[in-house]
Amino acid sequence: MRALTWHGKHDVRMETVPDPEILNPRDAIIKITSTAICGSDLHLYDAYIPTLEKGDILGHEFMGEVVDVGPKSTLKKGQRVVVPFTISCGSCFHCSKQQFSACENGNPAENQDLGQTLYGEPMSGLFGYTHLTGGYPGGQAEYVRVPFSDVGPIVIPDGMPDDDVLFLSDILPTGWMAAENAQIEPGDTVAIWGCGPVGLFAVQSAFKMGAHRVIAIDHFPHRLALAKRFGAETINYEETDTYEALMEMTGSIGPDAVIDAVGLEAHGFFADNVVDQIKASTFLGTDRPHALRQAIVACRKGGRVSIPGVYGGFVDKFPAGAMMEKGLQIRTGQTHVQKYLPQLLEMIGNGELDTTFLISHRLPLEQAVEGYKMFKNEQDTCTKVVLKPGLELA
Amino acid sequence: MSDVRDDAPSYVSKDSDVQKSEAQQGEGTVWGRTISIMRPRDELYAFWRDFRNLPAFMENIVAIEPVDTGRSRWTVKGPNGDYQWTSVITEDRPGEALAWASDDGDVKNSGRIEFRDGPPGHGTYVRAILAYDPPAGFIGKAIAKLTQKEPQISATRDLRRFKQLMETGEIATTTPPNREPHS
Repeated sequence: MRALTWHGKHDVRMETVPDPEILNPRDAIIKITSTAICGSDLHLYDAYIPTLEKGDILGHEFMGEVVDVGPKSTLKKGQRVVVPFTISCGSCFHCSKQQFSACENGNPAENQDLGQTLYGEPMSGLFGYTHLTGGYPGGQAEYVRVPFSDVGPIVIPDGMPDDDVLFLSDILPTGWMAAENAQIEPGDTVAIWGCGPVGLFAVQSAFKMGAHRVIAIDHFPHRLALAKRFGAETINYEETDTYEALMEMTGSIGPDAVIDAVGLEAHGFFADNVVDQIKASTFLGTDRPHALRQAIVACRKGGRVSIPGVYGGFVDKFPAGAMMEKGLQIRTGQTHVQKYLPQLLEMIGNGELDTTFLISHRLPLEQAVEGYKMFKNEQDTCTKVVLKPGLELA
Repeated sequence: MSDVRDDAPSYVSKDSDVQKSEAQQGEGTVWGRTISIMRPRDELYAFWRDFRNLPAFMENIVAIEPVDTGRSRWTVKGPNGDYQWTSVITEDRPGEALAWASDDGDVKNSGRIEFRDGPPGHGTYVRAILAYDPPAGFIGKAIAKLTQKEPQISATRDLRRFKQLMETGEIATTTPPNREPHS
């Protein structure tokens, strides 16, 4: 089959690779119909995150048609499914608490040692990411193997187009959980750093959960305009002092809840000798937690801090004093995708959530390499690239 | 030092004499780890009690063949080829604990596995303890570490695979059987 593979910094290639096979009883094989490039794929593209190997297939936002099933899969051939980026077994302690992204059984045992050392607990399995998260081949390909296919994938009713539901795989539930973690109460003002796909979905979600006002912060004019379209007020941090503006816009109290949808994943890891460096605990201190620092300092006393933005290592000058003295509550984590799928699918079906506005480019899978370049270099207007195997450009 | 020991297992002690207190035969290295598994302890014990099941999740075990009641012949991949020994069951408390020790062979070693109820909703706490004299001493240990066949590394992974198999009915993998492992 054809697949987008990683070979090094700014070096991804379309290659012919072996088709995936059923390896375990609960597996299914999906024929990809739509797959997207995620902001976090760019950090692999920029080679900031270690434990990728040459030839790894990228992609963790995908959907398609079931073409093969293992004996314990509950899917049927021909069904259309969206697949969560988190690989979750459904029966471990964390899955039983619906903390699907903390699943203990999705990551092959031989890939868990480094995560245990870095974080104290190994990471769970994710599609198309690194070998810290299992080394699973991703979905920017013609076919993908899906483990635990009886737990993860959600079946899509006939008649719902791919473009409406594709983002159930990651960024829509991630934006939704970001708003849920902000524990929004009626009358709240919610400030959101970052108007990428997750930030924009968090804007919509925050209003759905009863926010009175949402203030979106970014520097790309087109992205700020999208936030405005969903009812957010905006701050362009290149033109305006964000802290001063937030204080003025909230009567000097500060936002009731703040959401960091920026993260610093791009600078969270370095490829060499992570295990030894963790002991020094200064090496990874070069992350850029600017958005998080600002969010914590701006948040009102007794307010809530939600962090969907990805952090990987250590940060310097974390405002622990502001966090404690102001009595902030902090919630964070990779998205428990499976928990949110039925509800979000229903809301898309009812027209309560707009998902397609985000798609700026649709390309054939064969042009994935160009898609990465565009997504990296034209961030203002290239908000989301969707790849479709076999798509004929008009 | 205080006369009263804390409640942590002996193998995490900073005192090497305390660490070795669970070595059944005075072996030089003791390793232990506890992992929670969301299955009843009787079921976990029963699976473990049939030693023929163990190679399904233990990467370095080639075979465990019953010899007679309480005795089995173990063949294990090591840094310099296969090792063999005969193990004798030294303790058997159904649903609670099982211990064994080598009585001849290439590597003096012993082991013990315990099954205890965790707090409500937290499954069974499974604790494995291995004691062994590293094959060919220090050099053998260094080679084993390089090839990732060091007992402590492989035993940790084995316990994780045991958990996966018991909780999900399968062992997570990305490697087709006809290809070399990826990492």
